[in-house]
Amino acid sequence: MRLERRHETSRAALVLAPIGAVAFTLAISALLVLWAGAPVGRTYALLLQGGFGSVFAWSETLTRAIPLILTGLAATVAFKARLFNIGAEGQLYAGALAAVAVGGMHGGTGFEASPWLLFPLMMVAAALAGALMLLGPALMKNRLGVDEVVTTLLINFIVLLAVSALLDGPMKDPTAMGWPQSVSLQSDLELNKLIAQTRVHTGLLWAVSLAVIVWAIFKHTVLGFDIRAVGANARAAAFAGVPVTRTVVMVALLSGALAGLAGAIEVAGRTSYVTLDMSPGYGYTGIVIAMLAGLHPLGVIAAGVFVAGVLVGADTMSRAVGVPTYIADVIVAASLIAVLVATLLTQYRVRRT
Amino acid sequence: MSDLLDILANASFWVATLRIATPLIFGTLGVLLCERAGVLNLGIEGIMVAGAFAGWLAVYAGAPLWVGVGVAALTGMAFGLLHAFLTVGLALSQHVSGLGITLLATALSYYGYRVSFPKVNTPPTITPFAPMEWLPIPVLGAQTPLTLLALALVPAVAWVLYRTPVGLAVRMVGENPQAAEGQGVSVAATRTGAIVAGSALMGVAGSFLTLSAFNAFFFNMVNGRGWICVALVVFASWRPGKALLGALLFAFFDALQLRLQQSGDAVLPYQLYLMLPYLLSILALVLVARKASYPQALMKPYRKGER
Repeated sequence: MRLERRHETSRAALVLAPIGAVAFTLAISALLVLWAGAPVGRTYALLLQGGFGSVFAWSETLTRAIPLILTGLAATVAFKARLFNIGAEGQLYAGALAAVAVGGMHGGTGFEASPWLLFPLMMVAAALAGALMLLGPALMKNRLGVDEVVTTLLINFIVLLAVSALLDGPMKDPTAMGWPQSVSLQSDLELNKLIAQTRVHTGLLWAVSLAVIVWAIFKHTVLGFDIRAVGANARAAAFAGVPVTRTVVMVALLSGALAGLAGAIEVAGRTSYVTLDMSPGYGYTGIVIAMLAGLHPLGVIAAGVFVAGVLVGADTMSRAVGVPTYIADVIVAASLIAVLVATLLTQYRVRRT
Repeated sequence: MSDLLDILANASFWVATLRIATPLIFGTLGVLLCERAGVLNLGIEGIMVAGAFAGWLAVYAGAPLWVGVGVAALTGMAFGLLHAFLTVGLALSQHVSGLGITLLATALSYYGYRVSFPKVNTPPTITPFAPMEWLPIPVLGAQTPLTLLALALVPAVAWVLYRTPVGLAVRMVGENPQAAEGQGVSVAATRTGAIVAGSALMGVAGSFLTLSAFNAFFFNMVNGRGWICVALVVFASWRPGKALLGALLFAFFDALQLRLQQSGDAVLPYQLYLMLPYLLSILALVLVARKASYPQALMKPYRKGER
């Protein structure tokens, strides 16, 4: 078997490939549903209904999509320059902690100031905290050749332990009855609800705007050009005069900042305090979303909403027919692999030898 | 200080060190085999989960313990084959394929566990491997046969890599696939073989957790051990002997951290001790980075006739 590069790829194939791949994944996953002894049609119908079937379902899906779009963007920016940032999970927690450190209750950890001043300060602190988490691995990659995948992964564990230590000690909410939970955010720093009586908040506007901004950076700035050049071939880019090190540092700061903002926006929009389980792996799921979107910033919005819908729908479905919610994680992971293969087949054709 | 000496003088400390090292030895050898053939395998974290689950489930269903280990190895091989298909056959990004396999293997294992035991809160247990008390060697006698297997695998893997034609082929496709192809070595077949064999070891690494160290399957039980193995291979400069040394050193600090935490008069939050192993891994990566001699073709997909 050998692969032969196609001369041209039609636009339709590029759009249909991921859809076909997801359909294929759902067909395969049906076997798992049968294993659990549930009717396939009803299970999938409930999954779809739970994720997208009502205003309430949509509001839950969009709420879940907010952190996923942001971590998806973080992965997109980094992967585009071939900086494999697997540390978005830790960067998200760093951002969340920074947000509470700046905007926590008076007498707790935060500062006393007008929300007009404090809110931007909180967001900047969160972005910086996330960015700093990735700066080290990026510099180690560039200066010493240390693989960033391993370092960013290991830092996730370190950050989680640091969060755990801080929630036991200095940042612990004394009124939380012994639960490891940070102090709450000052209420005037919390994000407004987008739809009354639901959980979906204005963080959605942040996520969508940031996706458009990242898209504009890719499309219309010198940095965007440099990122694409470094991603395509770092050595050739350096030869052509692209400042590779500076570009990688910029990418690290941007990617880490987006993941850090994901943490701050979760705190400000949904939880209002930091706990150790505030993210069920948003950082890792973000990688899948970036790949499903083909590293396209606007595609990240669609991929984020799709994955969020599957995760939310699985909860409803599980309650109704008893298929474990982990089916959602299987579908998301298998979709990633199927989309990779499908995308490849739009660029190459398989020839027998 | 006297605390520290007390800990080091205690045989049970060294027993713990060797026990903690065992899955790391299996896993690190597994990663080493894949990377020597030029393929990064970030699927290890998930393959360990799958091995832990599948091996345990087989034993729970009535299979003998060694059959459980075999099932774990086969599970690893299945995921290895998938990784080989994606990275060798289709030349997809090794980073992304590996992460995808980790997510898929973990999700499938957790799903399988929940389908098999829907309403169970306390995980069902099995009778794990017994310590080798017949062995008249102090620390080793307190271990289970899987530890002995891990230790025996180190010279075995070294011998295969450096003394057999298969090993030469593996190293060649990891260093210079074009040249290997020119010598009549099939790059695709050799890489696939190395990935499948390495992934089998990763599966066994996971099964050690459920069949020897513990007697049940828990969520999050692998908890980053796979990623540590990926770091250890760099630390070991892709050499089996040094991989053993790295795993033992790492386990030493992990066991020490546990004891210091238990010794009661800990002045620092326990989380700082838990961080130690991860910080040490990063430090080790930085220290050896300058000297590290990566297999030249690592992470470079090879397509016949393309440059």
